[in-house]
Amino acid sequence: MLIIVNGREEQIAQGSALAEYIRSKDLASGEFIYILNEMLIERERLENTILKERDRLEVLKFVGGG
Amino acid sequence: MDDKLFLGGREISSRLFLGTGKFPAKTVIPAAIARSGSQVITMALRRVDFDSPAENILTYIPKECILLPNTSGARNSDEAVRIARIARAAGCGSWVKIEVISDNKYLLPDNAETIKAAALLAKEGFVVLPYMSPDLMDARRLQEAGAAAVMPLGAPIGSNRGLKTKELIRILIDEISIPVIVDAGIGKPSEAAEAMEMGAGAVLVNTAIATARDPVLMAEAFALAVKAGRQAYLAGLGATKDYAEASSPLTGFLQER
Amino acid sequence: MSYFDQYARFKDFDFDSFFCRVSPEDIQRVLAKERLNTVDFLTLLAPAAENLLEAIAQKARRLTLQHFGRAMLLYTPLYLSNHCANLCLYCGFSSSNRFKRQTLTLAEVESEARVVAATGLKTILILTGESRRHAPVDYIAECVRILTSYFSSIGIEIYPLEEEEYRELSEAGVDSLTIYQEVYDERIYGQVHLQGPKQDYRFRLDASERGCRAGLRSVNVGALLGLGDWRRETYFGGLHADYLQNRYPEVEISYSVPRLRPHCGDFAAFYPVTDINLVQILLALRLFMPRLGLTLSTREGAALRDHLIYLGVTKMSADSRTSVGGRIMAGGENQFAIADNRDVEQIREALLTRGYDPVFKDWHPF
Repeated sequence: MLIIVNGREEQIAQGSALAEYIRSKDLASGEFIYILNEMLIERERLENTILKERDRLEVLKFVGGG
Repeated sequence: MDDKLFLGGREISSRLFLGTGKFPAKTVIPAAIARSGSQVITMALRRVDFDSPAENILTYIPKECILLPNTSGARNSDEAVRIARIARAAGCGSWVKIEVISDNKYLLPDNAETIKAAALLAKEGFVVLPYMSPDLMDARRLQEAGAAAVMPLGAPIGSNRGLKTKELIRILIDEISIPVIVDAGIGKPSEAAEAMEMGAGAVLVNTAIATARDPVLMAEAFALAVKAGRQAYLAGLGATKDYAEASSPLTGFLQER
Repeated sequence: MSYFDQYARFKDFDFDSFFCRVSPEDIQRVLAKERLNTVDFLTLLAPAAENLLEAIAQKARRLTLQHFGRAMLLYTPLYLSNHCANLCLYCGFSSSNRFKRQTLTLAEVESEARVVAATGLKTILILTGESRRHAPVDYIAECVRILTSYFSSIGIEIYPLEEEEYRELSEAGVDSLTIYQEVYDERIYGQVHLQGPKQDYRFRLDASERGCRAGLRSVNVGALLGLGDWRRETYFGGLHADYLQNRYPEVEISYSVPRLRPHCGDFAAFYPVTDINLVQILLALRLFMPRLGLTLSTREGAALRDHLIYLGVTKMSADSRTSVGGRIMAGGENQFAIADNRDVEQIREALLTRGYDPVFKDWHPF
């Protein structure tokens, strides 16, 4: 199944939860901000959020800036 | 002396705002923040690069600081509004530095788009601090739109060229009733002091501190300069010339009658 | 929001103790500043400034030259009517004074206009008493339409109007409004305005702002000097001008410094203003608002006016008459006695001799 992560297409297994995807990427979930189809997904909802075909996921973080 | 800066209904302890970009190592940031005494700390929101997922900057900012996420990367008001909403939803508080840049050559802010974003975000309850080119009419529009302050540039971002727009900033300070915070361009503590002597409400410094040989020492130097400048402003600058007029060509007639 | 809110905030301020505390060093400090705030302005109105008038005058002259050059706009008043429903202690047209009242016919307005136009003046200020019955807005608009073919700029100094009425006159050809509060001190205002619609302090105070909103190009405010303590009156007047300039940056704001003059009543100034005081007033206003127009009428004598040219004044009246139809008929009652009787040519000469440019036509609407 195809999803778009940070503007890039990616193939993942059908029916994956967002939390599973994060683990597969070796990302620490607390560090980042997840926006799925323009909606912020809070940390406690990561396990219950199932990814669907052509979902748009943005993984963001705060960086240094002025 | 009772001289407090109030923004978004809060009393701000330091008139030096600190940016967190361009530091040689993130581990220097906590010490720089501590020595600067800054309470308002800016940062940016970015997409994660999976190949080198850098650490979260928030780890290095003490909990008691006010987070001021900027909307850098936004090229129009819609993008700025979106970034601001994400930052708030991510638990950053409701302060936002609006920064809309559609010009990649000089990195000058787009005032018209900034005003649009400011109006929307202020209505949504954000404490809006817009970065802008120092234009009086636009500053008035931002004030009308509900901005908590205006942040005119002293010189283009990261240029360390000082207060090139001094005359225009002076006009904003005279005419605008919300605080004027000089953002961008300040390269030396003396320039920060100069802005404060003019009556700026605060200054935001990043590059000059982060790229100094010793950022922590420079952070303190800026803190001292900002305090000195503010105090000079409050003290009222002294006379720079003395009039010693022996004759009175213009008003002598008043004595003749 | 109205200027009244600002007035109300400061009206009970302890001006006397403030003025007592102002030192010569304070004046020097204000002189060294590039932009003055309202406290600096008040500082310049303190007695301590009197000994530093020459230094203040030097700066006032420099600022005036910088912002206005050596231009001096010349204008003249034209009285349309002296009917008045107000009883005001200080005014020759007061309803308590007995004399033959009149309002010019449109034909007479045109005759007067011809006489004035022959002098070369292009800026006219029309005046009335306050009588909506004898000089209604429609009538004034008719007069204005006649005057537009003779003058490039028409000002009104008439009773206060509603915003809509100002707009109506603006459409007829008026581009400038003069309205003095007479006295900002509300208590004294009540003491000198004993009868008539002028007793409404607020309606008069807000008239200048209504004029700004109605789109008039220039608005002229001020206090009649002699009614209230001039230091406070000038402070409140200057604050009023500053308020209007800040809120209506598109309007050119001016200020006048009329001193009470003899007239057919027998009122004496409560607070006389000396020549030195008058100079201090002009200079403080110039330093506070470098771009403020400053108007000086023929209430002042020729010799004094010639000196004041250098001290910040930007507009002067010339060849004035203060009676209705004063240029085409004899024997009308004067609103006040004028002190500079020179004709336009003489004033032009006086200005040229001093290196100033007499300006007849400052502006002509497209």
